[in-house]
Amino acid sequence: MTENNVLIRLSASALAEKLAAGEVTSVEVTQAYLDRIAAVDGGPRGVHAFLHVNTEEALAVAAEVDAIRAAGGAAAAELHELAGVPIAVKDLIVTIGQPTTAGSKILEGWHSPYDATVVKRLRDAKMPILGKTNLDEFAMGSSTEHSAYGPTRNPWDLDRIPGGSGGGSAAAVAAFEAPLALGTDTGGSIRQPGAVTGTVGVKPTYGSVSRYGAIAMASSLDQIGPVSRTVLDSALLHQVIGGHDPHDSTSLPDPLEDLVAAARTGNVDGMKIGIIKELHGEGYQAGVENRFNESLELLKQAGAEIVEVSCPNFKYALGAYYLIMPSEASSNLAKFDGVRYGLRVLPKDAPLTIERVMGATRAAGFGDEVKRRIILGTYALSAGYYDAYYGSAQKVRTLIQRDFEAAFAQADVLISPTAPTTAFKLGEKLNDPLAMYLNDVATIPANMAGVPGLSLPGGLADEDGLPVGIQLLAPARQDARLYRVGAVLESLLEAQWGGPLLDRAPELTETVPSHGGSH
Amino acid sequence: MTDATLSFEEAMEKYDPVLGFEVHVELNTKTKMFSSAPNVFGDEPNTNVNEVDLGMPGVLPVVNKTAIESSIKIGLALNCKIAETCRFARKNYFYPDTPKNFQTSQYDEPIAYDGYLDIELSDGTVFRVEIERAHMEEDAGKLTHMGGAAGRIQGADYSLVDYNRSGVPLVEIVTKPIQGAGSRAPELAKAYVAAVREIVKNLGVSDAKMERGNVRCDANVSLRPHGRERFGIRSETKNVNSLRAVEHAVRYEIQRHAAVLDSGEPVIQETRHWHEDTRSTTSGRAKSDADDYRYFPEPDLVPIVASREWVEELRATLPEPPAERRKRLQADWGYSDLEFRDVVNAGVMDEIEETIAAGATANVARKWWMGEIVGRAKNADVDPGQLGVKPGTIVELNTMVEAGKINNKMAAEVLDGVLAGEGTPAEIVEKRGLAVVSDDGPLLEAIDAALAAQPGVADKIRGGKVQAIGAIVGGVMKATRGQADAGRVRELILEKLGVEG
Repeated sequence: MTENNVLIRLSASALAEKLAAGEVTSVEVTQAYLDRIAAVDGGPRGVHAFLHVNTEEALAVAAEVDAIRAAGGAAAAELHELAGVPIAVKDLIVTIGQPTTAGSKILEGWHSPYDATVVKRLRDAKMPILGKTNLDEFAMGSSTEHSAYGPTRNPWDLDRIPGGSGGGSAAAVAAFEAPLALGTDTGGSIRQPGAVTGTVGVKPTYGSVSRYGAIAMASSLDQIGPVSRTVLDSALLHQVIGGHDPHDSTSLPDPLEDLVAAARTGNVDGMKIGIIKELHGEGYQAGVENRFNESLELLKQAGAEIVEVSCPNFKYALGAYYLIMPSEASSNLAKFDGVRYGLRVLPKDAPLTIERVMGATRAAGFGDEVKRRIILGTYALSAGYYDAYYGSAQKVRTLIQRDFEAAFAQADVLISPTAPTTAFKLGEKLNDPLAMYLNDVATIPANMAGVPGLSLPGGLADEDGLPVGIQLLAPARQDARLYRVGAVLESLLEAQWGGPLLDRAPELTETVPSHGGSH
Repeated sequence: MTDATLSFEEAMEKYDPVLGFEVHVELNTKTKMFSSAPNVFGDEPNTNVNEVDLGMPGVLPVVNKTAIESSIKIGLALNCKIAETCRFARKNYFYPDTPKNFQTSQYDEPIAYDGYLDIELSDGTVFRVEIERAHMEEDAGKLTHMGGAAGRIQGADYSLVDYNRSGVPLVEIVTKPIQGAGSRAPELAKAYVAAVREIVKNLGVSDAKMERGNVRCDANVSLRPHGRERFGIRSETKNVNSLRAVEHAVRYEIQRHAAVLDSGEPVIQETRHWHEDTRSTTSGRAKSDADDYRYFPEPDLVPIVASREWVEELRATLPEPPAERRKRLQADWGYSDLEFRDVVNAGVMDEIEETIAAGATANVARKWWMGEIVGRAKNADVDPGQLGVKPGTIVELNTMVEAGKINNKMAAEVLDGVLAGEGTPAEIVEKRGLAVVSDDGPLLEAIDAALAAQPGVADKIRGGKVQAIGAIVGGVMKATRGQADAGRVRELILEKLGVEG
């Protein structure tokens, strides 16, 4: 293994320590990741995690951090813990200086005139942004196959999906193309890709991370969160991006808990951990169930009490989700009309009216899955159907919240598999939207209730040797519990495996011949 | 195509009008309803906008707290209940003046509801208009249609959009159906909109300039045969933007509906456009209750909670209500009931108050507004306040008259000059060479001539019939082409004849 290969495999927290100790520079680290991206991301068999690589700006920020460190003094002392640690950003989050496409043709070439709040916070922490990662168009999908710019491949098996919609962020982290990434999670888009790529992903409490600058799919469900290779790394990133933002009215006013401390002092002794009866067993792959049960056993050995809770209304969650999400999406995506920005397509025939320009633009600019959801949502909100569809779905949402309340009265944290199966093959479910939607059955309830969820690697499934994700859920505003329990489970599992799960991922061959500048 | 109409009197004989108003009030907050961009009228197009107003990807709205306060104040002034919690909703429709292709508005949870407003008509009758609701929303951008005829969208080559107005806070005040106004309906319509305008201006929450669209009125009119309970089918005349137009539009629609009903045809439920030039309406688009805006609660905003403490704090800051203000002003100014009602009906109360504030006495201010300006406004077919007379102009003119520099006739001429844009009163007096002849020499000569021409009159005056002096004064004024100070002429005549005035 070359020196750089060692460097890119370090966790963000380990990199941060090396940077602080002066053992490595941010430019070296950033360049190592840029080289890795150049080596494994492109070409027909590349991972294709990135839609845009931000080489110059990333290196400039890295150089700035290095200069501050070299100069020492107060400025160096004030540097954020993660200063100089590079990061990738899901291309649903707007950035000045780089294109933002949302994985859609309708925004091809569009540059945002403003930064998302989370991006501002990354810049304040002086974290070099490596680039923008691939996603299902407007975050609509569970496989990243709905990206208008082609699918991302799972680094564990290049013929399989990396999950979605944040497959790009998860694959980038799993393929050592970035130590950290930002994702967005509306129904599982951070956690399910985490599960199928053997990485960690967290959907924070709704409102605990600003949504300002995340292109909305479903406003009441969307949440930005961290993607990483370790639980501690997610806590570190969550601490950077979280906290109140006056630009987001739904952002919580309370200060963040000390999530990093929770991750560092993981302890489950005496904690009650609840298995959700409805979120395992039938419909879950055997290998997924096996790894899930092993995790329960480890937590029990570490002093946790395992209890079973029932959330009977979770069975309605998927149905209600597929009414609320498309309803909000149909309205949120109305702004993409070719009038002010992005793609504009003129109709082939006269007359050239604004309605026809909007229609032609949207017909050409949106992919099938996006159109499917806009049509579904438009229908669900229509007069005469609203009460039966959107109204009923909101009631189900209340019932799901009550199920969570009852469950959290019995347990401090809930646990389930993150996804019912391991990564499926590219193309396998592309023509079966319902099968695709079922992938999110275990992750959707958290979005419907606004509670936080974390997915961490639980091992490899016996049948296919692919990663399995374990999901932890906590009450709203108790994100610290996820890190506390997650860190314990991670260390117990890694002790069993003899190291991180990603060490067992197949070595990626360079898809693009290395160029002269490589180290 | 012009629609058939019945005479207003005939329409009233046969039918009973039912009215309804939606008045949109633009709030004068510093920033917009949901963004920090400035809320300023008349700037370069698309300069008072940020990413939120342009509906850029990823943006989120934040509610303007001052706009909420203003809305609550309006609700309180309209005697409404204020909702303890209320929400915004999205009204979804595709139109290029709406950057998100939905308008953030309130739907089933208005901030204020169930109020009323007592409207005093010209003869002093008080008519109660019930308020259904006052809700908050954002204004749309402004479209300008280029090419084609007269800025209409039909036949235009292209349209320009100015998003400066996009996101300006609006409060929409909706009445319950107004019944029983009968032939007073047009008058009531004007008086109601005037009252709302007066209230929001008095509260200081809006600039309340109708000519700038700060207060815009949609007027609903329907007719039913006398004695019938059920309402007829209504038309909604959009954007009637002056008080006179409100009155005219309601009157016109009553006459048009009556003709339609008389012909046996059903009235079409539609929006109508008001045309000031022809004082008539034309058909807009058909509007049915089935227009589907797919309203749903705005998920990007949390509910607005108006605690009772806050509402009471705001109530305590409310200024004197206009009706009470009128009582006070009448007493302060010493006008008779008739004089004051004429002032109110002429719509010049605020102007008189401003003129007095600028230094005129109450009687001088009334003399100018009622005697000179109202008539001119009527001739120009505009509201008196829109004629452009500044209080300072009146004070300046009056000062010149009192100083004897010019007389009233000249002052009226100078006012015309000011309105024609010829300059300040002093400049116009100078330019036109207007000046009362104040040197007694030429006056005495003219007096001698006049007395000599009418010796009989001189004798009468000497004999004690002082009122006969008018004929001599008239002769002098004629001889001096009106440039003499009539008062001074009178003094000199009496002096000359040795008679005590």
